[in-house]
Amino acid sequence: MDLHAAKMIGAGLACIALAGAGNGIGIVFGSYLQGALRNPGAASSQTTNLLLGFALCEATGLYGLVIALIILFT
Amino acid sequence: MAMNPMEQFEVKPIVPLHIGPYDVSFTNQSLFMCLVVALVTLFLTVAMSRRRLVPSRTQSMAEISYEFVANMIDSTMGDEGLVFFPFIFAIFMFVLLSNFLGLFPGAFTVTSQIVVTFALTAFVMLTVVVVGFARHGLGFLKLFVPKAPFILLILLVPIEIISFLTRLVSLSVRLFANMLAGHTMLAVFASFVVALGAAGVFLKPLAIAPMLMIVFIGALEMLVAFLQAYVFAILTCIYLNEALHLHEQH
Repeated sequence: MDLHAAKMIGAGLACIALAGAGNGIGIVFGSYLQGALRNPGAASSQTTNLLLGFALCEATGLYGLVIALIILFT
Repeated sequence: MAMNPMEQFEVKPIVPLHIGPYDVSFTNQSLFMCLVVALVTLFLTVAMSRRRLVPSRTQSMAEISYEFVANMIDSTMGDEGLVFFPFIFAIFMFVLLSNFLGLFPGAFTVTSQIVVTFALTAFVMLTVVVVGFARHGLGFLKLFVPKAPFILLILLVPIEIISFLTRLVSLSVRLFANMLAGHTMLAVFASFVVALGAAGVFLKPLAIAPMLMIVFIGALEMLVAFLQAYVFAILTCIYLNEALHLHEQH
C-alpha cells in the first residue's frame, strides 16, 4: 500500500478517539445539570469543577487529534 | 489554487539573525509574543493610571481580571498561595491574550506552537518541584505515597510517579491541541467559502452557509480561548497546592 494512502487511513482512524471525548463531555455536563436541578443553591459552587472536568475531558480527545496530525505530517 | 489550512502556523523570520550556528531570527512568533506582553502591560498601566476609589469602566476591567485570578488562587491554595500571584497572573494573561489574538485574520497564534506551551508547562512544573523541595525537603517525595495498605503501594507508587510526569505532556498538549484544532477549523471553513464562491453561478449563494459556520465557530473559539487560559491557570494552582500542602485535607 502507498505510504501516503496509509497515512491518510491512519489519520482517519486516530480521529475515532474523539467519540470518547464527546461521550465524556456529555456525561460531565449531564451530571452537572442533574445535580444543579436538584440543588440549585449548590450549583454555582461547582462551576469550577465543571469547567475543569470539561477541559480535562476534551484534552483526552484532542490527544487523538494530535496523533492524527503526527501521522499525517511526519 | 490549493489552500493549506496549516499555513497559518508557519513560523517565518522577519529579521534574520544568526549567533554562531544558531538561528535566532526575530520571527512573526516573536513579534506576536512581544505584542501580547506590550498589550497586557499597556492595558494594566493605563487602566490603573488614575486610581479612583470608585472605579471607572477600564479600571473595573483591570480590577476584575485581578480579582478573578486572586479568587482562583485563594480557593485552591489558601493564603500561602498569594506569593505566587504574579506568576499565575502572568501566565493567565499571556495565555489568554495569545489565544485571543490568534483569532484575528492574518494573526499568528503563539500558543499553537507546542514549543511555547511546553516551555510554559516546563516552567510551571519546575516551580512545583522547586517549591516542593524547598518547603518539605526530601519529604516532598511523600507526595507519591498515598494512604493505602502496603500491598497496594507497590503498584500505586509507580502509577503516581508516572501520572506526575505525564502532567508535563498533558498540560502542554491540552492548550496546544485546542488552539491548533480551533484555528485549523476556522481556516478549513474559510477555504470552503472561497471554493464555493469560485464555483458556478448556482453554487455561489451557498457560500453563505460556511460563512455562518465561521461566525459560530469564531464565537466558540473565543469561549475556548478564555476557557483554556482559565484551565491552564487553575491546573497550575492545583499542582502548586499539592506541592505546598502535600496531602492535607482542607
